Amino acid sequence: MEAEGFVFAGAADRFPTLGYSIAEADDDHNLPDCRPSPYNMAMEVTQILLEAQSVDGSVRKRAEENLRQFQEQNLPGFLLSLSGELANNDKPVDSRKLAGLILKNALDAKEQHRKNELTQRWLSLDVAVKASIKGCLLQTLSSPVPDARSTASQVIAKIASIELPHNQWPELISSLLSNTHQLKPHVKQATLETLGYICEEVSPDVVDQVEVNNILTAVVQGMNASEGNSDVRLAATRALYNALGFAQENFTNDMERDYIMRVVCEATLSPDLKIRQAAFECLVAISSTYYEKLAAYMQDIFSITAKAVREDEEPVALQAIEFWSSICDEEIEILDEYGTDFSADSEVPCFYFIKQALPALVPMLLETLLKQEEDQDQDEGAWNIAMAGGTCLGLVARTVGDDIVPLVMPFIQENITKPDWRQREAATYAFGSILEGPSPDKLTPIVNVALNFMLNALVSDPNNHVKDTTAWTLGRIFEFLHGSIVETPIITQENCQHILTVLLQSMKDVPNVAEKACGALFFLAQGYEDVGSSSPLSPFFPEIIPALLTVTHREDAGESRLRTAAYETLNEVVRCSSDETAPTVMQLVPLIMAELLRTLEMQKLSLEEREKQNELQGLLCGCLQVIIQKLGAAEPAKYVFMQYVDQIMDLFLRVFASRNATVHEEAMLAIGALAYATGSNFAKYMQGFYPYLEMGLQNFEEYQVCATTVGVVGDLCRALEEKILPFCDGIMTQLLKDLSSNQLHRSVKPPIFSCFGDIALAIGENFEKYLIYAMPMLQSAAELSVHVAAADDEMIEYTNQLRNGILEAYSGIFQGFKSSPKTQLLMPYAPHILQFLDSLYRKKDMDEAVMKTAIGVLGDLADTLGSNAGALINQAVSSKDFLEECLSSDDPLIKESAEWAKLAIARAISV
Amino acid sequence: MAPHDLRRPFKRAAISDQQRRRELALQRQAQQRADSHARARALASSLLALQSQPQPEPEFKQEVEMEPPPAVVSSVLEASKLKGSEARRWFARQLMLPEWMIDVPPHLDRDWYVFPRPAGKRCFVVSSNGTTVSRLRNGSVLHYFPSALPNGARIKGVSGPASAYCILDCIFHESDQTYYVIDMVSWRGYSLYDCTTEFRFFWLNSKLSETGACNPPSTYHRYRFSIVPIYDCDQMGLHAAYAGSVPFGRDGLLFYNKHAHYQTGSTPLAVVWKDEHCSQYFLDTDNKGEIPAQQQVVLELQDDGKLTTSDDPPVVFGSLDGEFVQKSGLHSGNFLRFAIKDGGAQVVDGKLEMCDIQYMGKANRARAFADGYSKVFFQYTARHSPLRIDDLVASIQPHLHEDEKTTDVEMTD
Repeated sequence: MEAEGFVFAGAADRFPTLGYSIAEADDDHNLPDCRPSPYNMAMEVTQILLEAQSVDGSVRKRAEENLRQFQEQNLPGFLLSLSGELANNDKPVDSRKLAGLILKNALDAKEQHRKNELTQRWLSLDVAVKASIKGCLLQTLSSPVPDARSTASQVIAKIASIELPHNQWPELISSLLSNTHQLKPHVKQATLETLGYICEEVSPDVVDQVEVNNILTAVVQGMNASEGNSDVRLAATRALYNALGFAQENFTNDMERDYIMRVVCEATLSPDLKIRQAAFECLVAISSTYYEKLAAYMQDIFSITAKAVREDEEPVALQAIEFWSSICDEEIEILDEYGTDFSADSEVPCFYFIKQALPALVPMLLETLLKQEEDQDQDEGAWNIAMAGGTCLGLVARTVGDDIVPLVMPFIQENITKPDWRQREAATYAFGSILEGPSPDKLTPIVNVALNFMLNALVSDPNNHVKDTTAWTLGRIFEFLHGSIVETPIITQENCQHILTVLLQSMKDVPNVAEKACGALFFLAQGYEDVGSSSPLSPFFPEIIPALLTVTHREDAGESRLRTAAYETLNEVVRCSSDETAPTVMQLVPLIMAELLRTLEMQKLSLEEREKQNELQGLLCGCLQVIIQKLGAAEPAKYVFMQYVDQIMDLFLRVFASRNATVHEEAMLAIGALAYATGSNFAKYMQGFYPYLEMGLQNFEEYQVCATTVGVVGDLCRALEEKILPFCDGIMTQLLKDLSSNQLHRSVKPPIFSCFGDIALAIGENFEKYLIYAMPMLQSAAELSVHVAAADDEMIEYTNQLRNGILEAYSGIFQGFKSSPKTQLLMPYAPHILQFLDSLYRKKDMDEAVMKTAIGVLGDLADTLGSNAGALINQAVSSKDFLEECLSSDDPLIKESAEWAKLAIARAISV
Repeated sequence: MAPHDLRRPFKRAAISDQQRRRELALQRQAQQRADSHARARALASSLLALQSQPQPEPEFKQEVEMEPPPAVVSSVLEASKLKGSEARRWFARQLMLPEWMIDVPPHLDRDWYVFPRPAGKRCFVVSSNGTTVSRLRNGSVLHYFPSALPNGARIKGVSGPASAYCILDCIFHESDQTYYVIDMVSWRGYSLYDCTTEFRFFWLNSKLSETGACNPPSTYHRYRFSIVPIYDCDQMGLHAAYAGSVPFGRDGLLFYNKHAHYQTGSTPLAVVWKDEHCSQYFLDTDNKGEIPAQQQVVLELQDDGKLTTSDDPPVVFGSLDGEFVQKSGLHSGNFLRFAIKDGGAQVVDGKLEMCDIQYMGKANRARAFADGYSKVFFQYTARHSPLRIDDLVASIQPHLHEDEKTTDVEMTD
């Protein structure tokens, strides 16, 4: 073995004791520099920290203000004081805990921009100050007070996450490891916990393999059954959960992997429930991280999990089920990626664990279905073994397909008519769970038999729980076995009326049942999405729409998200409707408008009422958006609809007075659809709408609102064309600010670039004055996007989105300036743009969308600049190899763009 | 390090309706952006193609000229984006313009179709993006309307693929409000520019009625489309076209060469002929609908004062002196109306020449072209020695000899 692996035991001599070891620190007496003293700027803060937790609001407020001032005036002193407080065993536990918490918050924040600031602030602190703070923290790990130790663990991990990537605090890991040989269990426990937090916070690539080996050695030793102290064993087990990501090397080594797996499996048998639970959590994490290493252990893991599911307490049993759900996730993903029809010798990295375990796994899961809790359907947060078991059964069905059906059918048949509601519900739930996965051929005959039974149960079963599951199962039938993709229709002219009657009646049932009935209707409507100009659902519109509106007005519609479900279903019914029902949809317009008006006229609302009002406004704007899109696309209906546009716009503008992000976004989306439907006539609303457009573009915090607004600017450009010009100064200013902001979520930036293109295309050569701002930004973003080392899939995807946005901007600008006398203004940018295209081609990591846009830009450049750019274009690789590659692409869109580029270049070069 | 939450979605749709709306909106926006870029490019590529078309002076270049790049076709649709005069100018170049028949083409019976030309406005009908637009010869819009042509109305929720557009060459017949289709230029995005007349007419006959475009008007279909009876130009065909009963007012006969492609602009491979029997517009009328005593022509004023026809290359029929041009506020490019004085024109070596024409004023502003040479010539002969239906019939007397020869060749094959 070249790389020294972690060793199972007795590795103490491998850890050189460094100059400073916490283990040697005296428990009872603090080191001098952890004490407040005038020399180290620290201050006595106990009193303020206690006051900051006072029940008296004014006292609390004053204390918080004091702390804030202290932090602002003297940051090093402030941090030293807090670390001193945390380390001091003479202090009350409450002040120590708060000291640690404030320290933690001084190092890390959720918001990325703030987080970066805090990181920089810490790095720039005086080295001696940092050393002193770190010393106090390490020392606290030996404190007899558990809360102090635990808080210190977390702060240490935060500092590690800042310093380790900068190669600072190199002695941290080894000094912690030396602690694990301590005899005092509480120090060992705190140290393992700290190692766990560090593994959670830092990325594996900043810790070298030798240290990883040492961490794993310590952790696995701590987990071993021989460890007598259960706190230590629990801390070690939880630490392993976080350290698994560091163990790539070790999992490729059979011996080391065997050992880790043995220790984890043993820990699942611990007498301590928390240890068993933590050990199963490790198994779950291993199942997704090291799926391909599991074959040798599956037999044992099955026995362990089966025992836990049947006999252990719920928190443990849930983790044991989760193990199998997680294996399903892995296999579904693998089979999805590789397709189902591969030859035997192809390299599909699937081990078919689920298929092999099927005969034993399915009965185990079916048993869990009978362990329902009363009223679990009314409790939003409920999660129990029956729910987990059913969810897992559904995943198994998706993994193995047809094979599951014969294993589940006997259970259904045996239980579905039993007097005990638990048996009827379990049977129904089992049926509903296996509807996704098996082939329609296999399921259709069964469903045809079951459908009437289900419809009957939904009306007449005395138990709400059974009705809830029955309605959900009907929804699943419609979702997976009804629609244009299915050959033999489940729903026919004969039974359609009956199905609708039952569902509409069921929508009057208790909220949770009514919500599921809405869901079933949702999928029923969705299945008719592609039927063309006449839908089998059309004759029932006069019943369906009033029934849904009635549900939205139910007193109890706030329960079980019934109101939301009713609007979502209404939306889907509208979305999938055919033109013959356009007049009925039209009748909805004044109704929904009146509802929206009502919400706007509510006065003096309590906080709770305001929340409800916001939610309702969001739903109504969403509904209007769907209606606008539907009617705007239907020729005669569109003209009738136009009579409402003035009023609708008026309502939307009033909605913006609300401060709620979701409502803004919904109204914004609806306005985008309205602009598209009205075209250049939308110009008359611009004056009134513009302030809110600007407001949306300024909304950094709720970046979804900003992103949606950027999209709407594009809609406006296409609807208004040159009529958008008077608003462009304002819009461009905001967009440029957005781009320069490091607070704005990065996902909004690519669409902003695309939006530049939309604006340029709309206003043509008037874009001239924005060139000096927009072009440098595009240029630097372009450079960034070809030089970035994309580490993961997410980053690669983002990089491609960014490139696409930049390229769309270039296309829009070139096309906008086409045939203008100001074309030569773009000449200076051509060399860089061509270089950008060449770099993209050379990097070979662009996706198809980027390829299509990129080759299009080449054509646009050649077309607009013409012979002036002929020589430049001739020099570019893009105009040769890249173009050739695109011309022979299988993707028709790439090919089309390439043919355009070829034509434009031929002309630019020939003239 | 508390236990990790392992709840999974239970009896719930995995994605919220709001997220779905968001995604649908993004999809719609991306599609529309792609459409507008594609539109800009298609328009540009057609203009490129037009500009790069070879000048048609030498005969041997005929072939190249016969196949305009397909881009021209798709661009017709995209050019609907153009506005005002730009659009008019562009569309005015897209129709195939038959020359007037000044002598009978050879092999009329073998190589040509004949059909009655409905009286009315010649126009280009483009269906795309859920709407249909008809444009007159000068490029101006006649109607915007929904039609049963592919993609001609928004009858489904989403507009069909942008590629499924159609371009028809029609005559709008006022009295029965019907578009008579005389040629099919593009069908469901498939270009017929480079197809022979034979194929285009076959396609027109088999495809148009499939769509319901020939049905009576309805909500989604404002005007009826109809097909004109097309005949092989043998004696029977010619007779049927000339005298057969048709549901429309007849305005002469059109002769189309079977092997010709659809060619924008004026072409001798399609010709129009009329006499007073088959057209009430045998002789040109003036603004008041009356036949002027003297033949009138519209000519284009050039830089050097020359007066030319719309042909390419133009035929010079006279000139104006600079002083007169200046005094009358005329500019090169103006279309001017002249009267041909009695004896002011004559045929020399089979060519029409002008010697005495009188300036009358500027032509109607809506005009996009001067008169073509063949039209002037036809109108001239119409007033002097018209080409009669008998002459046409005579030219297609069976030529037994030739036919036998052809048959022989075929049989030895």
